[in-house]
Amino acid sequence: MTVKTKEEKYNAYVKQVTPTTNMWLNICKAFLVGGIICTLGQFITNWLKNSGLNQEDTAAWTSLALILLSVILTGLNLYPKIAKFGGAGSLVPITGFANSVVAAAIEFKKEGWVFGVGAKIFTIAGPVILYGIISSWLLGLIYWITQLF
Amino acid sequence: MDYVKAFLIGGLICAVVQIFMDRTKLMPGRIMVGLVCLGAILGFAGVYQPFIDWAGCGASVPLAGFGNTLYQGVKEAVDSDGLLGLFRGGFEASAAGISGALLFGYAASLIFDPKMKN
Repeated sequence: MTVKTKEEKYNAYVKQVTPTTNMWLNICKAFLVGGIICTLGQFITNWLKNSGLNQEDTAAWTSLALILLSVILTGLNLYPKIAKFGGAGSLVPITGFANSVVAAAIEFKKEGWVFGVGAKIFTIAGPVILYGIISSWLLGLIYWITQLF
Repeated sequence: MDYVKAFLIGGLICAVVQIFMDRTKLMPGRIMVGLVCLGAILGFAGVYQPFIDWAGCGASVPLAGFGNTLYQGVKEAVDSDGLLGLFRGGFEASAAGISGALLFGYAASLIFDPKMKN
């Protein structure tokens, strides 16, 4: 058997055993779950605004509330279920970020409090913060230069 | 109306990312990094802040909103502190979110034990 036909056979096999997911269904689920999480955020935002908080504090409290909610749901092992259903809908909102922080912290508890929890809590948070800071720094530098003239 | 906009726009962003994920098979971590960088770029382009003013949490709750927050923080700090602001603004603006995730995450690791995967 030549290498090429082997490869073709292998690819066909992979295609056959890869679970076929309904793309449109996935999109609808992501839309639904993402939409619900954002609506929940809006609900918290409106409630805080009505109780007299300024724009900036409202945004910060809304993020904190959503993060706390996601942390509790992750601890109770409910967020993974939402994630399995919602896909990107549970990943894209800030709750997905919080979930990835907590899930890693809990998961690596057994490896100790410093190099387990302490290091692994940054598994996802690290790259997100690093590249967020780098990109905003670079863009800020461009902004700073444009302000010089 | 706020709620309708938040639902539709937030849902739409997630749906677009879902299509992107299905097509590219990118890992969730890479998607998150990409969204934050995209948010910072759109913030720089002057697009994202008006988008948040219009769509509310539909635009601010997705991670791109976090990227925008970082850039807006840097921009404000540059306006007030000049070059030093480049180093201050990002963390200043995102402090609550990052501290919250770390503190709540740590607390959760004290309370909860890893679950067996079914």
